[in-house]
Amino acid sequence: MNLFFHIGRYFVFTWKVFSKPEKHSVWFKQFTKEIKSLGLDSIGIVVLVSIFIGAAITIQTAYNMDNPLFPDYLISLTTRDTMFLEFSSTIVALILAGKVGSNIASEIGTMRVTEQIDALEIMGVNSAQFLISPKIVSFVLFIPVLVVTSMFVGISGGWVSALVTGVVSSQTFIDGIQFAFEPYYITYSIIKSLVFAFLIVSVSSYQGYYVSGGALEVGKASTRAVVYSSVLILLFDLILTQILLS
Amino acid sequence: MIKVVDVSKAFNDKQVLTNVNAVFEQGKVNLVIGKSGSGKTVLLKSLVGLHEVDSGSILFDGRDFTQLKEKDRANIRKEVGMLFQGSALFDSATIEENIMYPLDMFTDMSSQEKLERANFCIDRVNLTGANDKFPSEISGGMQKRAAIARAIALNPKYLFCDEPNSGLDPQTAIVIDRLIQEITHEYNITTVVNTHDMNSVFAVSDSLVFIHEGCSWWNGTKEELLNSENDQLDDFLYSSELMQKLKNNR
Repeated sequence: MNLFFHIGRYFVFTWKVFSKPEKHSVWFKQFTKEIKSLGLDSIGIVVLVSIFIGAAITIQTAYNMDNPLFPDYLISLTTRDTMFLEFSSTIVALILAGKVGSNIASEIGTMRVTEQIDALEIMGVNSAQFLISPKIVSFVLFIPVLVVTSMFVGISGGWVSALVTGVVSSQTFIDGIQFAFEPYYITYSIIKSLVFAFLIVSVSSYQGYYVSGGALEVGKASTRAVVYSSVLILLFDLILTQILLS
Repeated sequence: MIKVVDVSKAFNDKQVLTNVNAVFEQGKVNLVIGKSGSGKTVLLKSLVGLHEVDSGSILFDGRDFTQLKEKDRANIRKEVGMLFQGSALFDSATIEENIMYPLDMFTDMSSQEKLERANFCIDRVNLTGANDKFPSEISGGMQKRAAIARAIALNPKYLFCDEPNSGLDPQTAIVIDRLIQEITHEYNITTVVNTHDMNSVFAVSDSLVFIHEGCSWWNGTKEELLNSENDQLDDFLYSSELMQKLKNNR
């Protein structure tokens, strides 16, 4: 029963979020602020994680492909496809659920417990729309940039690790990157990331928006935001993979 | 004028307000007094629609807020300013941005006009020079004053203050009380103040409503308060030793 209550309230909340903005100029100002705080400020962690994972995948693949029947270019091909198909969309989304999701839930939750949301409501402002729709739109629009950055940086990390460790030559690595390249994988990855971005922001905002109590409850809401976003990302990863790749 | 007629409110099984009646007049500082947990904040939040009442009416100059659709309520809310217990300033915005916010949202003023209005409100609450400070960089008393400045930015017809001097020292508390009183009389606002601070009662109140266990127990003026024969009110009023001594000396 509790689950149905939350699902119902989540949809009512989402409906409220996507109502018409009170004033477009104020909305756009919020939107540009969110592009910076949710999007641009996430580039660092995405680059850092992607570069190391790309490098690790290359070394692990090389280690597992010592059979002479396997051509060396398969090492970079595996790195590329792992980054394109799963890492740059799903794993990056899971990382962002931790960074962006907890940030949103704690920000909105704190605004709730310190009566800032009540202050907006009393002014006659649709607080859900004003606070959350710029976050959703900005993050959904920005996440393809993060995904493509992750792909590029991850493969570059793999290339650097191949050069440093000597598991494969630079030319062979580049040949493998180009071999049997399927551009649809990028489209697939971006489509998944758009859904994940929506889930991260909407679920985290929902958790923060309905907090009642104090700092302890804000902390709990923040944890719930990360856990529920992550579970939904994994669930939708499965569903979207079946829909888009079958 | 705001008229509260037979308002009741319960949370689950707990009855918080029972048939509360009150009249808050325009141009007066109307104080709602009572012990902590008596239902003052629930009444105030019901007045502004943050809680839906179970029964009764709340009339804003004849307009029954409880019967209005959300869109019409939003129009009344644009005439409302509210000062929260914790100030409720937006942490990520400067004092100037906080005060400009309602102007950005609900007026078609030019940037220059908005800035002038914001500066006027900042000066009015004696916060000159604090424009670029963030709420975390100023004291509790200054935060309260900034919140008053935000509340009056749109020239509200109704001003609600929830325990405006809680957490403040007595001197700063009286400054805030006086400011609310001056603004109320200057702009002819219907002001409703929740408090349990007796200093506020005697310093600034024009009319009083005493809430006890969710019921409106007594109403009158501060002069009438001292001569009241209401037992519950007496218990509340003379709960401190100082007040007991004053009573005995009368």
